[in-house]
Amino acid sequence: MSTMTDSGTRKQTFSLWRGERGTGAFKDYEATVTDGMVVLDVVHQIQAEQANDLACRWNCKAGKCGSCSAEINGKPKLMCMTRLDQLPANEPVTVEPMRAFPHVKDLVTDVSWNFEVKKKILKFVPRAPDAPDGTWRIQQADSDRVQEYRKCIECFLCQDVCHVLRDHHMHDEFIGPRFLLYAAALEMHPLDTGDRVPALKKDFGIGLCNITKCCTEVCPEHIQITDNAIIPLKERVADEYFDPLGQLVQIFSRRKEK
Amino acid sequence: MAASSDSTFETVEHDVLVIGAGGAGLRAAIEAAGTGVRVGLITKSLLGKAHTVMAEGGMAAAMGNVDDRDSWRVHFADTMRGGQYLNNWRMAELHAKEAPDRVKELEAWGALFDRTPDGRILQRNFGGHRYPRLAHTGDRTGLEMIRTLQDHGVHQGIDVHMEVTVLTLLKDGDRIAGAFAYDRDRGHFKLFKAPAVVMATGGIGRAYKITSNSWEYTGDGQSLAYHAGAALQDMEFVQFHPTGMIWPPSVRGILVTEGVRGEGGILKNSEGKRFMFDNIPENYKSSTADNPEEGWKYTQGDKNSRRPPELLTRDHVARMINIEVKAGRGSPHGGAFLDIAWIKERLPNAEAHIKRKLPSMYHQFMQLANMDITKQPMEIGPTTHYVMGGVRVDGDTQMTTVPGLFACGEVAAGLHGANRLGGNSLSDLIVFGKRAGEFAAKFAKENPKVTIDPKQAAAAEAAAIAPFARAANADGPYQVQEALQDSMQANVGIVRLQDEMETALATIQGLKKKAANVAVLGNREYNPGWHTALDLPNLLTVSEAITRCAIERKESRGGHFRDDYPEKDPAFGSFNLLITKGTDGEMQLTRQPIPEMPAHLKEVVEENK
Ligand SMILES: Cc1cc2nc3c(=O)[nH]c(=O)nc-3n(C[C@H](O)[C@H](O)[C@H](O)COP(=O)(O)OP(=O)(O)OC[C@H]3O[C@@H](n4cnc5c(N)ncnc54)[C@H](O)[C@@H]3O)c2cc1C
Ligand code: SF4
Ligand code: SF4
Ligand code: FES
Repeated sequence: MSTMTDSGTRKQTFSLWRGERGTGAFKDYEATVTDGMVVLDVVHQIQAEQANDLACRWNCKAGKCGSCSAEINGKPKLMCMTRLDQLPANEPVTVEPMRAFPHVKDLVTDVSWNFEVKKKILKFVPRAPDAPDGTWRIQQADSDRVQEYRKCIECFLCQDVCHVLRDHHMHDEFIGPRFLLYAAALEMHPLDTGDRVPALKKDFGIGLCNITKCCTEVCPEHIQITDNAIIPLKERVADEYFDPLGQLVQIFSRRKEK
Repeated sequence: MAASSDSTFETVEHDVLVIGAGGAGLRAAIEAAGTGVRVGLITKSLLGKAHTVMAEGGMAAAMGNVDDRDSWRVHFADTMRGGQYLNNWRMAELHAKEAPDRVKELEAWGALFDRTPDGRILQRNFGGHRYPRLAHTGDRTGLEMIRTLQDHGVHQGIDVHMEVTVLTLLKDGDRIAGAFAYDRDRGHFKLFKAPAVVMATGGIGRAYKITSNSWEYTGDGQSLAYHAGAALQDMEFVQFHPTGMIWPPSVRGILVTEGVRGEGGILKNSEGKRFMFDNIPENYKSSTADNPEEGWKYTQGDKNSRRPPELLTRDHVARMINIEVKAGRGSPHGGAFLDIAWIKERLPNAEAHIKRKLPSMYHQFMQLANMDITKQPMEIGPTTHYVMGGVRVDGDTQMTTVPGLFACGEVAAGLHGANRLGGNSLSDLIVFGKRAGEFAAKFAKENPKVTIDPKQAAAAEAAAIAPFARAANADGPYQVQEALQDSMQANVGIVRLQDEMETALATIQGLKKKAANVAVLGNREYNPGWHTALDLPNLLTVSEAITRCAIERKESRGGHFRDDYPEKDPAFGSFNLLITKGTDGEMQLTRQPIPEMPAHLKEVVEENK
């Protein structure tokens, strides 16, 4: 609960998830807060003053590293970019770990699966340099789209919210929105010549995405994951696999587009 | 059990062990792996989260894409001038010559930089660089760099150990033999055996209260190398970046990129005066604009204009802000105003332009301060940002004074001298990361046999678990850390004085005793309280080194400014300060003469005066 004091500070209750490896419960902490604070500040304050062993991840405290992902009042968010004045002041704030990944301790989850998935995706394969100085010429307009995808800070909040992973646990069949985005960034990179379309269909489960757009909604970088990355990839897959005549045309034009 | 020893720790063997997975460590690991040796890479965080990810403005490389008058010669001269000639000139030379190739290599590995109209890599202006020189991707260049290296690196057969923290280096006689570490997840110990070890652990910002640095920056690499017998160099030179956020309090210290000033942002005091024109240092007069009009033209790419004084070196700009604040002309929360919104007087679609050029700054202020930088000036003040000093290395090979131990990136000293130019760190990482990886692999091949002394590991293990056994009424680790940060901020900050620094030294001695006695609650599984306790000795070691060097350097130069010796003293310009561990276990300070610059480099300095 929240009570105002004269100096602009107030007391508020924070219900933090405490426990190890899947066990645990919310535990309430009273904290003295001001509106300019973000949730991560409060977690740090509780850690320093009341619970030294409270586990959480963070690095940059500025929304740049994607370490501090958690579920705040039930919504997947970065703790360092969630200001208290964006949350109801007169209710306890709940903070719990991402639920789509195995629990480690308190607010920390085991996200190593994501790093394994990425390794399976064919790496960048550039075409031969074609400028006289041994490099390439690339127009800014041809970089814009991929630069948007490359803003991803790998917070894995989109993975956390996607129902294919969160509810259906299809981690073996589906790489999730983060890595569909990654594949799109490679496929549409102005220099890349690799072909990831067959793998997207067969191994990466792109067909399992039913375009609910939940991933896009939670992305702290505001990347249009569904519209700008997944749907164009789905079109490529569809063209290549379901339209034998269009397939040749498509392969040809896709190559040229690069 | 929490406090019991498990002495059967896992042993892992590599030919080259790289400690740190920022730009420097990743580049070193990639290079070493490319020579066919077995490489291990350790990081305290997850892969891709190291400090490098936060870098904004860009990486300096004299490619001459925007201004073809640029060359390695000018870059070299700029770096030496910025470093006030305390730099390792060999490193400055190699850096200036090799940076362009390293940047192009990143492009070949998939990095997408912003482009010039003719499709080449675009370069932007930055403080102390004569020509537009920073390759960049918007204002998230560090992310572009680390992601490129990470995504390339994971296909090179490197063994990555995430969330593993090195506690101590292991020696075999005089040479390096490996490292002893714990994993954060379970709190298990791990012994790494390796004939060559590369330190790429970054900086020390957490020794101060106001900093742009993360929890990782506890000076581990500097401290571990020092205790393993390596020399530290130039530790008094800490960079206070002039523009950190100051309001609201919880964001204090978070960086506002120099790119804002590169794009035309200006500094003003509470009277609305643009104070940077008031005092332009002698050696920069000829290259600095003397009126606002010229300064503006420079930021818009006019080759005949000189840079505005906002783009003078960081040490100078930080001090100028400090002077305004002390004179009572500061902003409401004790800083100055940084205004980019004003460019709407000059540009038709300024708002869109700012959002495109500085997207994460726009986002950062909107989200954290509820403020629109396209409409209002930002409130900013100095923040602890970077350490120029660090582990002393050989300029060509990056080997430290301990055989088999290498260092690169922010943890190493030499390239930047007394002050680092913005953008010279990211390029430092790839130039010297590559070299460290190459020479570490070579060393490992030539000297493959090492023996581990189990006693060293056992001692480190015992020390690490001791805090669990202490009484719960001993000091907590966070309180000791905070006391140190308060003292360093107050006594060894931007403006330094003899007696304040002596106070700091006494505080450090007192805190050492407390640190040796902190108690930790809970168990060993992912326990930040315990991790903080284990970081304390490192923080204290680097703080002591900084303070001792700062006391010794009785002059003002670059990042080191003393109110009691406000002038530069040529007598102090001929040596580096070295810190080594004496046989009595105490810090030894020596003055190491800087070797004379060879004629061909002197010539370069002259021609760019
Ligand atoms: C906000 C910000 C913006 C910046 N902008 C720029 C810029 O525009 N241009 C520029 O040139 N420079 C910039 N810098 C500086 C630059 O980013 C850093 O100096 C540089 O990234 C350091 O890289 P590094 O590889 O040396 O270390 P880091 O990237 O910090 O990596 C250090 C690694 O070491 C690991 N590590 C540390 N201690 C241990 C241990 N005990 N055991 C195991 N692992 C350990 C860490 O986990 C991490 O992986 C900026 C810095 C900041 C903070
Ligand atoms: S749009 Fe697709 S990937 Fe995104 S959350 Fe929905 S199902 Fe998952
Ligand atoms: S796409 Fe967005 S939500 Fe997903 S990992 Fe990247 S930054 Fe996070
Ligand atoms: S701490 Fe880096 S994104 Fe929150």
